Amino acid sequence: MIGIVGYGSYLPRFRIRADDIARQWGRDPETVKRGLLLKEKTVPGPDEDTITISVEAARNALKRADIEPGEIGSLYIGSESHPYAVKPSGTVVAEVLGITPEVHIADYEFACKAGTEAMFVAYSQVKAELVKYAMAIGADTSQGAPGDALEFSASAGGSAFIFGREKVIAEVIDTYSYATDTADFWRREGAFYPLHGGRFTGAPAYFKHILGAGRAILKKSNLKPEDFKYAVFHMPNGKFPLSAGKRLGFKREQLEPGWIVPTMGNTYSGSSPTGFSATLDIAKPGDLILLVSFGSGAGSDAFIFKVTERIEQVRDRAQKVQEMLSREPIYLDYGQYAKFRGKIIMNE
Amino acid sequence: MRDVYIIGVGMTKFGELWGKSLRQIFVEAALSAIDDAGVDHIESMYVGAMTTGLFVGQEHIGALMADYLGSAPVPAVRVESACCSGGMALRMGFFEVASGNSNIVLVGGVEKMTDGADVTAALATAADQEYEVYHGVTFPGLYALIARAHIARFGTTRKQLAAVSVKNHHNGSLNPNAQFQNEVTLDQVINATLVADPLTILDSSPVSDGAACAILVSEEVMKKAKRPAVKIIGSGAATDYLALHQRDDITVLNAVKRSAERAYKMAGIGPEKIDFAEVHDCFSIAELCIVEELGFVEKGKGGPFIEAGNTALDGKIPVNSSGGLKAKGHPVGATGIAQVFEVVEQLRGNADKRQLKDVHIGLTQNMGGSGASSVVHIFKLAE
Repeated sequence: MIGIVGYGSYLPRFRIRADDIARQWGRDPETVKRGLLLKEKTVPGPDEDTITISVEAARNALKRADIEPGEIGSLYIGSESHPYAVKPSGTVVAEVLGITPEVHIADYEFACKAGTEAMFVAYSQVKAELVKYAMAIGADTSQGAPGDALEFSASAGGSAFIFGREKVIAEVIDTYSYATDTADFWRREGAFYPLHGGRFTGAPAYFKHILGAGRAILKKSNLKPEDFKYAVFHMPNGKFPLSAGKRLGFKREQLEPGWIVPTMGNTYSGSSPTGFSATLDIAKPGDLILLVSFGSGAGSDAFIFKVTERIEQVRDRAQKVQEMLSREPIYLDYGQYAKFRGKIIMNE
Repeated sequence: MRDVYIIGVGMTKFGELWGKSLRQIFVEAALSAIDDAGVDHIESMYVGAMTTGLFVGQEHIGALMADYLGSAPVPAVRVESACCSGGMALRMGFFEVASGNSNIVLVGGVEKMTDGADVTAALATAADQEYEVYHGVTFPGLYALIARAHIARFGTTRKQLAAVSVKNHHNGSLNPNAQFQNEVTLDQVINATLVADPLTILDSSPVSDGAACAILVSEEVMKKAKRPAVKIIGSGAATDYLALHQRDDITVLNAVKRSAERAYKMAGIGPEKIDFAEVHDCFSIAELCIVEELGFVEKGKGGPFIEAGNTALDGKIPVNSSGGLKAKGHPVGATGIAQVFEVVEQLRGNADKRQLKDVHIGLTQNMGGSGASSVVHIFKLAE
């Protein structure tokens, strides 16, 4: 049996409310919240970045996995906010965790699906028997230009998953990947903020790929929506995953545990992985879970997991996603948020 | 002048046609019109397009479309008059057949607006750059000024403006080619996101892709074609000050009024003989002003006239049975020809769920910018 051995997440404590962002730009908060189904989002602290978020999430995954860090043979981090353009995030994380030097490390980028991309490769490494355990992380301190619709969603956080053959808590039943050349959202080298194609990010991008991958993996695995206890879809806003789920034939209650975007925001590469982590927090042995990511550019990775008995033993060893979301959040006003996110031009 | 008939029309669905290119949608509409007309060749082409250069970086539209339609070496030229480029292309084609120069002319309109261009800025090139655009005004802003003036002068209400969108969405819900096929309520229109006070997003026509074409022929070709034909009995065009502030009265769309007078004169009839019309409702206030300028109701009474249902499908003079620009969509260059598509389908009895009863004479009104150019055509089912 190959699957997830340990999982863990990390979300910063800082938040900003959609109301405050809307007011800053002279937009009606109620219209924005109704349109995007977003209430607030996480904000990274001044000392937090994709590397620190990855370390925290990985530590939580290690607590649950109960394995020696040195047994991890591969470490992959998917993000679109790696702190360095050249120099890997993975080496820092591996060093902190005590995984170096006998380890294969890579940083991935595929917009918001870089996290599941890391998961796919980690799973493949274990399946190929190249390594005993492989760790995959999806984490971001997401960028969105001031005043852009993305500013209401782009948030910070991430999740880590350790794949292996022993101590499995969620078995990988099937995988499927779907990608086309679709330029719906991008950030050029050196650009501070991403650009996007507005409504073009919807039907021809998000929905085409999520539904394409979702329908294909259901067909491939010969399973129906009602066979699943839960499903998690990438969450660029509140509406899209609910709509995608409905169109695939899933009911709202199947999506609910993983639908954490209204208070978490969109953690980009950490979005669907953290929704999946929140779902594992409450799943029961035997439950089937569908996970479908989406990354602009564009592509989707789909996974079907089956939860094992072992989950009951491990899940309380680390903080759960809902606990992270509700533990005394610190609300920032727009000025503090602008300062934290480096949006204020300073002297050197 | 010779008589001119339409024996075939075609159009694409309007909407966000992301999977198709500018040339593809034009060819799709053109082939559909050629097929409908049953002709084996065309002799000339006029293509209406507002600003394909800004929308998709493509000019030289006449030759490109003749090329991709497989019709080269026919003469082909692009016609531009902002949002009434399509209507003006029809007028050019009408004269080409009327003059005896050609017997079979394809007139079309096309626009691809959703490919990533800054649409508001591209459309604003139809306003006065030196006196309007440099000051930051956009078309929603200009029409909002007209709306405010109309409200102040004539007591037109917010609800009466919204009634235009409610009606057009209802009609659009019956049109399979419409971009929006959903109904909206007065409350939804009034409480939608504000664009330019008092106009909301549901008072405004959308950004769309689409193409429409029609085949214009001489009487001789029409008789041989042996299919229901529609005769163009009137054509009128006019212009006005480009900038709003230069007009004596901004509630009056003088070009619309003059173009209608000229079309009525050519047809030898007045507005009372018109059974239904397709008009340029780029914003709700535009339709309200246009029904006044066309003479369907006295100046200043457009609000109560529309609110009372006179322009509904079962009203005294149905306006925009297609859903209009608001619901059917507004790929600017294509709009004028899509209006012709609707009138021809209604006169031939092909309008299915939105078919009007007992209609013999239809009118199209297409305008550019904030009304600085307007073109009106009047059509009658040929005996």
